Amino acid sequence: MKTSIFKNQDALAGLLFMGLGALGFAIALGYKFGTTIDMGPGYFPRILSLVLIGFGIVTFLKGLRHCMPVEGGWAWLPLFLLSAALLLFGFLLERLGLVPALFALFFVSARAGHEFKALEVLVLTAVMSVFAAAVFVWGLKLPYALFAWNF
Amino acid sequence: MEIIDHFVLGFGVALSLQNLAYCFLGVLLGTLIGVLPGVGPLVTISMLLPITFGLPPVSAVIMLSGIYYGAQYGGSTTAILVNLPGETSSAVTCLDGYQMARRGRAGAALAIAALSSFVAGCIGTLLIVALGVPLASWALRFGAEDYFALMVLGLVAASVLSHGDMVKALTMVVVGLLIGLVGTDVNSGVERYTFGLPELADGIGFTVLAVGMFAISEVVLNLEQKEAREVFTKNVGGLMPRWEDLKASFLPTLRGTAIGSFFGILPGTGPSISSFSAYMLEKKLAKDPSRFGQGAIEGVAAPEAANNAAAQTAFIPTLTLGIPGSATMALILGALIMNGVQPGPTVMARNPELFWGVIASMFIGNALLVALNLPLVGLWVRLLSIPYRWLFPAIVMFCALGNYSLNNSAIDVYLCAAIGVLGYVLAKLKCPPAPLVLGYVLGPMMEENIRRALLLSEGDLSIFVKSPISLTFLTLSLLLLVSMALPAIRRGKARVDQEEEAGAT
Repeated sequence: MKTSIFKNQDALAGLLFMGLGALGFAIALGYKFGTTIDMGPGYFPRILSLVLIGFGIVTFLKGLRHCMPVEGGWAWLPLFLLSAALLLFGFLLERLGLVPALFALFFVSARAGHEFKALEVLVLTAVMSVFAAAVFVWGLKLPYALFAWNF
Repeated sequence: MEIIDHFVLGFGVALSLQNLAYCFLGVLLGTLIGVLPGVGPLVTISMLLPITFGLPPVSAVIMLSGIYYGAQYGGSTTAILVNLPGETSSAVTCLDGYQMARRGRAGAALAIAALSSFVAGCIGTLLIVALGVPLASWALRFGAEDYFALMVLGLVAASVLSHGDMVKALTMVVVGLLIGLVGTDVNSGVERYTFGLPELADGIGFTVLAVGMFAISEVVLNLEQKEAREVFTKNVGGLMPRWEDLKASFLPTLRGTAIGSFFGILPGTGPSISSFSAYMLEKKLAKDPSRFGQGAIEGVAAPEAANNAAAQTAFIPTLTLGIPGSATMALILGALIMNGVQPGPTVMARNPELFWGVIASMFIGNALLVALNLPLVGLWVRLLSIPYRWLFPAIVMFCALGNYSLNNSAIDVYLCAAIGVLGYVLAKLKCPPAPLVLGYVLGPMMEENIRRALLLSEGDLSIFVKSPISLTFLTLSLLLLVSMALPAIRRGKARVDQEEEAGAT
């Protein structure tokens, strides 16, 4: 059975390794290599990047030989929503304060679930905001404003 | 006797009000997440790592290890009552535990699971003392080259022995080593892979990596599947096991403990393979193997003993040599480093209160777990009705707040999101995250030791074969790698992997 390269688990992994290795090597060219006695900052990065490329080639070839398709679909939407929730949280915490940041985090990340009930998420946000304020702001005494306006 | 002094010191530390509270909190959380499927010790420990920053190291490790071994107890509860393993290591407990529950013997199964876990946990902890002390004093004689070789062996063994494709596991070690390079090079002061960001000059934080790799990507993986959780209302019945149950479980518990202790010490293997092997052994030894799968008490006692023993003995290489054998142990080691303890054989000499305090807390924690699990079992089962759609946003909140709080920097939260994406992609491509984290944790220490060794030998690479200790470790690593290239062994491992998977589903 022929599987497309884009569904081939090992071929994709091999490509990813080769890409990461090539990137690592290219950047490491800017660091001094040194000698074995006196290793420069570029010694390990370059060797490791080359090993990574090597493993990538092996994995890629193995993928071409026995096709193992990626199991299950890709959950791109949940992945995007969770990342967005984290980004929004980081962005809003410093500008609007803890409570609005948590509000954004819960409403965006909860969208990633199979069911989304606005009222339920609202209650969850309220409960967890109180909890977070109690533990982090009053308990651990972290200097976060609950509400703020810094733009 | 010296050992008694050590225990007095240890219990003195562990019985302080603060540490007792952290121990209780740890095993309580462990039981909780052990019961909940989809939330495991890895996710929880990485989520809570940032919060332990600032605690005394001993309290941090007491709590985090309590989560780890507590989860092994909690996992069996749901396995027995609802045929749903809370942890993968309890998967085989479902086979006979659930059958016992269906025959109205749920109480006996739970009691035997808790008791065999307790016995195994205590024996495992004693083993840490018995093996750890001589191991650490032996390791004190290691030179830089021996240390380097030992770390190579640890990483190779963890990759070769772990579940799945060896090449990918080794590649993940390399990726972990590279991620560990990010930041300012200690020897030359050059900033490597920082892309000019001042926030990266100190490297990618351990918690950022752990949370992204384990918590965020795990949540996304769980969201792929639709949740199907039945609400459970069933009477547990009498918790007192019958005398013949105890007698029938005695030897299986000891055998399970032995198997678990062995796999716990080995890098790359752990509770899951231990409970699976213990079950298989009992089935082979039984006079009437057909009883297995029909509610045989040995099928509960042996695997539960095995996974708890493994959870306990996994601490041996971590606490005495500073070489973690699994991802969870890498997190515990990371917690030590984060709190300013240099891991390795010197821990026992320099921080005796840490080593012995943690050991003592394990006895206390195991006893607390029996008390927590048996009378409160009804409460735990009710937790199963909490839907995942409430849990995962809370997990994300802990990840975000925890990472932000370490440096008060939003960059850490952004990085964590990026690592979460990488972690998810790698998991989908069946690249195991554990070797990556091991490589990341051991990388800086490896670089330091190889540089020191080569500086002392003036660049002569033969130093690694001249030292008998280093030569032994390197030869063992090579043998492990070569053995995997032999077709017969590779097929054997593929079969074990498959059986393990079949047992888990």
